Formats: sequence, C-alpha cells, structure tokens
Amino acid sequence: MNSLMALVIACALATYVWRALGAAISGRVRAEGPLFTWLGCVAYAMLAGLVARIVIMPLGTLEATALWQRLGAAAIALVVYFLLTRKNLFVGVLTGGVAIVGLYLL
Amino acid sequence: MTGRSAVLQGAREAAGVPAAVLLAGYIGFGALAAGHGLPLGAIVVSTVAVWALPAQLILVEMHTVGAPFAITVLAAMLSSARFLPMTLTLVPMMRHARHRGWHYLVAAQLLSLTGWAMAMARFPDIEPARRLPWFFGFTLVCVVASAAATAIGYAVADAITPQVKIGLVFLAPVYYLLILLGSVRDRATAYALGCGAVAGPVAFVYAPEWGVLIAGLGGGTLAYLLLPRRAS
Repeated sequence: MNSLMALVIACALATYVWRALGAAISGRVRAEGPLFTWLGCVAYAMLAGLVARIVIMPLGTLEATALWQRLGAAAIALVVYFLLTRKNLFVGVLTGGVAIVGLYLL
Repeated sequence: MTGRSAVLQGAREAAGVPAAVLLAGYIGFGALAAGHGLPLGAIVVSTVAVWALPAQLILVEMHTVGAPFAITVLAAMLSSARFLPMTLTLVPMMRHARHRGWHYLVAAQLLSLTGWAMAMARFPDIEPARRLPWFFGFTLVCVVASAAATAIGYAVADAITPQVKIGLVFLAPVYYLLILLGSVRDRATAYALGCGAVAGPVAFVYAPEWGVLIAGLGGGTLAYLLLPRRAS
C-alpha cells in the first residue's frame, strides 16, 4: 500500500469518528453550545483558507494562469451564482470553469 | 408500502440536480488530483471512503506540499467536524423500530452535505419508516455518481488540451467558493470565512506544510473570539 492510500484510509477513519459519534449520541445531545460554534468556525475557516490559497497561490495546472484571470473568473462565477441564477450551483460552477478558460485565452 | 420502493424513490430524487452538482465538483477534484500527478486508485477510493470533498481536497493539497502524515489527518478530521451536528440532527428523524442499530452507522458513512440538506427538507413529507431506505437510495446514487465523476475527471484531465484542463481543475475551488459564500446565514460563518480566507494564504507563505491546519485553527478561533458574547 502506497503512502497516499494509507493517508486516504486514515483520513476516512478520522472523518468517520464524527459520523459514528453523532449517530451514537443522537437523541441525547443537541447540536448547540460554544464547542459546536467553535468547531464550525474552524471547519469554515480551514476550507475558506484552502480555497483562497488555491485561487491566489495555486499548485500544478492552475499555475499557468495569472492571478487576475483566476480572480476574474471567480468574480464572474459569483455574479452568475448570486445575481443572475438565484444560486444555481451547477450553472455557477460551470460558469467559473468556462470563465477561467476564456480569460486564459484572451 | 415497502422499503424497496422508498429506496428507489430516494435514488430517483438524487439522479437529477443533486447528482449533476456532485459531478461538477468531483470531476474537478479528479482533474485536480491528476494535475498533481497522484495515482488514480487512491483518489477514487478517497471519494468512496472519506466521502467529504473538503477533507479530500485538504488531503490531496497537503500531500502534494509534503505535509506530515499526522498533520494532514488532523486537518482532514477538523474539516469534517460538521458531520457531528449533521448526524445529531438527522439520525433521530430516521429512527424507527424496524431498523437495526448498525443501519444508522452505515447511514452516517453515506451522509454528505448534499444528502443532509435534501433529507432535512424532504423528511417531513416522508413517513418515518420510509426515511432510512429513502436516504440509502439517495446517498448511494450520490456516492456512485461521485466516484465515477472522480475517475472521469482524472482520466480526461490527461486526454484534453491544457486550456480545457485549466477549466476542469478550476471547478473544485469555484464549487467551494460558491457553497461557502452561499451558506453565510449567521455572523459566525461570515467571520470564519473572512478570517480563514486571509489566514490561509498568509499561513501558506510561512509554513506550506502546516498552512491549512494553522489557517483553520487560527482563523477559526479568531472568528470565534470576535463573536459577541451571549449573556448566558
């Protein structure tokens, strides 16, 4: 088993801890209080940090694009998602993909 | 009234917009992983076994920058903490005397943001005994479609022109950009997104291997501390 597969299995188990814990104690514990608020903040901040990093300082394929192209494509996707389609996630995501290619080819 | 018809009903409801959105996200994830030169097998297994795209994105990105094993697992785990409140709220709605205890543990593994949101919306209209089979049908279609999309994204990433590949790889970050900003309903979420978005790139510059974890713990805790204290 390569190191990535071992990492995948370990991350799957780490994720399942929350799932199983929630199923086991459901009905007795309510999902509220400071601990849940803090956990939610950490989870949101971590994902937001990763997405911001990928857009601003990408690795791999996206390194071929310029920062303004990535920011521009993200802005176009946001406009389509929030203003033009009333939060149609599928159309919004697709727009982002088309927009980055369009700006890259300009 | 049979459990099988409820399974099929759930499967039918997944095979539409929910599956299409997952397809876009996981095709992007597969293409991203291919762009990093990672093996296909582990990437598809991650979709089925981890079944949490944020954690998968974190593990792929951290593995690529050479982050330590334990730090990567810890970051993936913290990113998946949302499953605790999700199962806490959903499992009681699926409980029924006809189901066995381990059924709920299987359902917990199949749970994702899409399945949770759809189930919370649909369960009031589904009789309690049919909710768990409906959920199995819905989530199994989601898992199978996503695993296929991961492989498709990975496979086509190498077969298409570099320009189209850029578009596919960009799908995953855009997917989360939209979901995150679209999910802002309270101050805690807004603060956490703002603090995280600043902390992420900054932490990456100073400590690439630890950046994701530092941004999450640091940005998240800062957001939590900025929240007005409730009198209690």
